[in-house]
Amino acid sequence: MCLAVPMLVERIDGEMAQVRLGDVTRDIAMTLAPEAKVGDYVLVHAGFAIEVVDREYAEETLRLLEQLEGPVYQ
Amino acid sequence: MKLVDEFRSPQAVRALSERILAKDGTWRFMEVCGTHTMAIARFGLKELLAGKVRFLSGPGCPVCVTSAHDLDLLIAVAGMPGVVLTTFGDMLRVPGSRTSLEQARAKGAEVKIIYSPLEALELAREHRDKQVVMAGVGFETTAPVVAGTLQMAVAEGLDNFYVFSAHKVIPPAMEALLRLGEVRVNGFICPGHVSAIIGTHPYEPIAGGFGVPCVISGFEPVDVLQTVLMLIEMSEAGRPEVRVQYRRGVREDGNPKARAVMDAVFELADAEWRGFGAIPASGLVLRPEYAAHDALKVFDPRVESAEEPAGCSCGDVLRGITEPEDCPLFGSYCTPENPVGPCMVSSEGSCAAAYRYGGREQ
Repeated sequence: MCLAVPMLVERIDGEMAQVRLGDVTRDIAMTLAPEAKVGDYVLVHAGFAIEVVDREYAEETLRLLEQLEGPVYQ
Repeated sequence: MKLVDEFRSPQAVRALSERILAKDGTWRFMEVCGTHTMAIARFGLKELLAGKVRFLSGPGCPVCVTSAHDLDLLIAVAGMPGVVLTTFGDMLRVPGSRTSLEQARAKGAEVKIIYSPLEALELAREHRDKQVVMAGVGFETTAPVVAGTLQMAVAEGLDNFYVFSAHKVIPPAMEALLRLGEVRVNGFICPGHVSAIIGTHPYEPIAGGFGVPCVISGFEPVDVLQTVLMLIEMSEAGRPEVRVQYRRGVREDGNPKARAVMDAVFELADAEWRGFGAIPASGLVLRPEYAAHDALKVFDPRVESAEEPAGCSCGDVLRGITEPEDCPLFGSYCTPENPVGPCMVSSEGSCAAAYRYGGREQ
């Protein structure tokens, strides 16, 4: 129930935004993550962006894993 | 899928699991989030780490921990004339003490399944002659979303939009579980999206006070395995702390804006949890300023005191002391098609996960 999916912000219109995941687009509310910009990934839960995904940290996590024992991800 | 597939890499899964399996000793880690329950079952992580790490499910499914009494109250509101009850789909078939929302709908109650509270708001706009009630069930991930929707309704002057709040907050339940002392855990796999809102601070008493390490985890197999490794390494070092594995989604201070919205609308109150009874300051009720939109106050439903279904072990399953397969009803009298208890109804319940994927450690 606490599922949230990273979706790409394509357009912001006041408190609402259009976000995309593959071929699916949705209109969501941005009131809980007003700092999100077009081009950001946001975590979407029940029609609201609840957080902006930090891509630097996403890449850092993957880099750390790579150093575990040779290349660990493609 | 961007930002998902990378965290399912078989090479990373192999490297992490080899590291974990090479560790000394055995470990018991509890997750308190239905999405983790499902991820661990779906990706076969129990089997992958069998004999080394035991995954336990705690009270992480909000539908499952909703008390039969609260469900009875919700069903009573759904049956009132002029009311349209809107709910997330998981709630529909969960049995109260006598009936379910699905059965109430079959008898004529207007019950609509929604994906977002914004759909409930739209219904209230379109049907000003109806009383639209949003069933507020969920933890700190969902409560700000419902709060934000209610603020929009108030701003628009929609006086026919109401919230039935059965929202709960998770850290007090984790503490209650440790205080009961029935189950031994070496660490908590903390919920990623709850923590996106609340941050690390609310888990400090668990790590500092109870000495149980906490790692806030993402939901992909690589995330969960890295979390397990972090928990083991913290235990080995004898330094129980709160750490974040899911750094791409969780900041240490969470999402202050979302918390401000949640705190403006809700306040803490004692709440009844299935399997636990009352836990102090673990529920969210509407603040008095929102009384005109509080379904419990406006519709004032009355029901008799509720009893749990006979023979159902959901309460013990939610406290991590019984595994789903050990319940005498599991798989025979209680299946996803004909569920007796909520842990089998909700797609995120531990019994449903165990039934669907088979979860018992060999």
